[in-house]
Amino acid sequence: MSVYNSLDSITEELHKCMKCGNCMAVCPIYKETRQEVGVARGKISLVEYLLSGEIEMTERLADRFSLCTTCMACNTNCPCGVQFDKIILAARAEAVRKKGLHPVKKIAFTALKMQRMFDFGMKTGSLFQGVALKHVPHKSDRIARMRFDIGIGTDKVFPMLASKTLRSEFPEVVKVKNPKMRVAFFTGCMINYFYTDIGKAVVEVLKENDIEVVIPKGQGCCGIPASVNGDVASASALAKRNLRAFEKLGADALVVACSSGGTAWKHVFGELLENDPEFKALADKWAGKSYDISEFLIHKVPFKKQGLGRVDRKVTYHDPCHLNRGQGINKEPREILKSIPGVTVIEMKEPGRCCGMAGSFSLVHPDLSVQISDRKTADIELTHTDTVATGCPACRLQLKSGAENAGIEEEVLHTIQILAESYRAGKKNEIRSL
Amino acid sequence: MLAREVLQELIQVLGAENVLTEQEDLLTYAYDATAAMKHHKPDVVVSPLSTEQVAEVVKIAVRHNIPIYPRGSGTNLSGGTIPTKGGIVLSMLNLNKILEIDQDNLTATVQPGVIIQALNDEVLKLGLLYPPDPGTVTTATMGGSLSECSGGLRGLKYGVTKHYIMGLQIVLANGEVIRWGGKTVKNVTGYDLVALFTGAEGTLGIVTEIIVKLIPSPEARKSILAVFDDVDKAGKAIASIIRNKIIPATLEIMDNVTIQTVEHFVHAGLPLDAEAVLLIEVDGYKEVVEREAVLVEQILKDEQAVEVKIAKDDKERDLLWLARRSALPALAQKRPTTVLEDATVPRSKIPDMLKAIRRIADKHNLNIATFGHAGDGNLHPTILTDERDQDEMKRVHLAVDEIFQTAISLGGTLSGEHGIGIAKMKYLDWEFGEAGVAALRRIKEALDPNYLLNPGKIVRRD
Repeated sequence: MSVYNSLDSITEELHKCMKCGNCMAVCPIYKETRQEVGVARGKISLVEYLLSGEIEMTERLADRFSLCTTCMACNTNCPCGVQFDKIILAARAEAVRKKGLHPVKKIAFTALKMQRMFDFGMKTGSLFQGVALKHVPHKSDRIARMRFDIGIGTDKVFPMLASKTLRSEFPEVVKVKNPKMRVAFFTGCMINYFYTDIGKAVVEVLKENDIEVVIPKGQGCCGIPASVNGDVASASALAKRNLRAFEKLGADALVVACSSGGTAWKHVFGELLENDPEFKALADKWAGKSYDISEFLIHKVPFKKQGLGRVDRKVTYHDPCHLNRGQGINKEPREILKSIPGVTVIEMKEPGRCCGMAGSFSLVHPDLSVQISDRKTADIELTHTDTVATGCPACRLQLKSGAENAGIEEEVLHTIQILAESYRAGKKNEIRSL
Repeated sequence: MLAREVLQELIQVLGAENVLTEQEDLLTYAYDATAAMKHHKPDVVVSPLSTEQVAEVVKIAVRHNIPIYPRGSGTNLSGGTIPTKGGIVLSMLNLNKILEIDQDNLTATVQPGVIIQALNDEVLKLGLLYPPDPGTVTTATMGGSLSECSGGLRGLKYGVTKHYIMGLQIVLANGEVIRWGGKTVKNVTGYDLVALFTGAEGTLGIVTEIIVKLIPSPEARKSILAVFDDVDKAGKAIASIIRNKIIPATLEIMDNVTIQTVEHFVHAGLPLDAEAVLLIEVDGYKEVVEREAVLVEQILKDEQAVEVKIAKDDKERDLLWLARRSALPALAQKRPTTVLEDATVPRSKIPDMLKAIRRIADKHNLNIATFGHAGDGNLHPTILTDERDQDEMKRVHLAVDEIFQTAISLGGTLSGEHGIGIAKMKYLDWEFGEAGVAALRRIKEALDPNYLLNPGKIVRRD
């Protein structure tokens, strides 16, 4: 029984909690609000009251359940081993079953399901985004601010929509001479529509390592925005679409450069589709060969060290929650960074603390999201680096917004972009030495 | 339910954002960290930002005769913050500033909502230390820890919270604000209210500012593990270390049940067949630490420890302490409900107490693991159970009664560091007698005649 289908699935998880309150030491939301409802212990109690029938599911209760970035910091600090992310996902799914989805989210998740419509909207958006967004001059990132407040504040700096989506820039199969492997690339929405530079770097690095890259056109949203908000139906539909698209083209392995996408392929698809034997088998099969790009380049196909050129950067690395705690990947990106000539890695205080983005959390709780982000930005500033590397496009957005608003000169990049940069620098040297 | 008028007065003083009234918020203040306690929902939760606001809240409460339950992080283990009569929960968490660190007088002045670890992080930068370190240092507040007079691992050498509280600002039950004590080491002006309010569990007044004593942080430390095949031998070793005039900073014990659970949990290399292990840490100047470590090692061998191991480096040291710190988490994962007691005896009685606990566990067919601060006689018999099993819970309550009876008969006390709260109120006359309980009541009534401050804790109203 998965957390998405029934609240009963988490009763044992709830009983584990002894209310010690250790979650208070690490919860990013509680640190800002200092209200019990902000922390895991408080919400666990509310779920218990709900299960015992003492309270009913109300919109106010659903509001309280929205107070979680699912950063899983409490999981790692819990003496009783409570997996709070399971509890909160189950509670949100229950809220949607009982009270329906928030109307705005309903529209958004429906759009995600209709890929062609969504694509069209995003393309039109890239032409007309100037109406709502004001471009912020910046040397490396195409970023903008909201011109007016639509309920999410005007502080947040957004990336501009790319003029061409990533998937329209590449053929479905990117060939190389003497391929040693065929790898499918799940792009995810942020990389496809906004951060195409990350996607291009992924393809570039894979090609450099003699890997044929497959980018199925039929792929869509990973469904995580829907599943974390309890919209199980939309999330399941998206999971099936993606499984079909990748199964059609086939590959030896699947890579992602986005921590949500990785979580989706490795864990969530199987959980969502547990009652559908055919798709469950498919989900498990692909879960077994899904890799985060840094994980892939360290463990599956160790990346080529010769040909790495010098990249002069002082880098600090931010651990995305769903990559670090969600998939246990934190050494790999650092190993990649440290192997690049010219890169110095300087750790920030608490690199694993949530940046406060958490997808739609930052839209529903913009002020809280900014408060959490400000702490992260302050930690970054103390490192006196020029670059923040991370492994997740959503974190990149948040970190960039934080740095921009604090007025600090800090480039925010995905680890893979710095590796691609190094291969490029290596080639330049080769040409020069010819 | 509170009258609308009361809520309006509270909002006027504190602002609407600092007054919680919705059921979904209130329910999250109906409990604390104490296992198997009845929940009680407050009528309102308020978060003052200043002493003046606290005083105003108290005056409103007095006018309308509403109980006030002061609360820090709600990590106590005695039901001390549960609002048994509804009313106002006074969350002190927004009073969270370190006001001053005075290096000349070795004091810090803090607001009650400061987290203990946050203070220690700051003073450590100056080479100083605030020694009390309950298991909850990273979550508990200074105000809560003062009100419960919490102890921790360093009690033997450094004492407990009450030994570090020098001055207080207090809002009395009538809304008046007083200051007592200060930065002077010596102060015999009037009754020692600082001592009285420390450990009063918020039943006599509301502390809004605290002056604590700091000490220089020790230069070096060394950890030693000793394994025993017999509880009595471990007990003799404890006594022998102290008799030889060595006062370790920490002297901890774990019994066989704890050792087995912890070892499976963290693989720290503890021998599974040991009846007891002692974990000892000496600290101070480098030269002193070197000398003491050798002495302790010799004493442990003389007292027939099966194995003695001195941690060679920080890594080994960390592993040993990870084992000790994992005691509660490891035990807590075995069963859904963890009843953690803190019966305390003179340290010479530790072997007697350990054996009595074993007998009680067998008698009631319960799983009880014991670990704790052997050096100061403060044990944590930990009953692993399941709240949903009513028959077992009955046996748990009987066992708890017997553990306390034993502790008192051995010349010990009901509570070493968790406080009385609701959980141990009924046992008070075992320790004090009727006259003692009556004396407590007269103190309570002198300072809080209408039982408005944390009512239902420590002292029962007749």
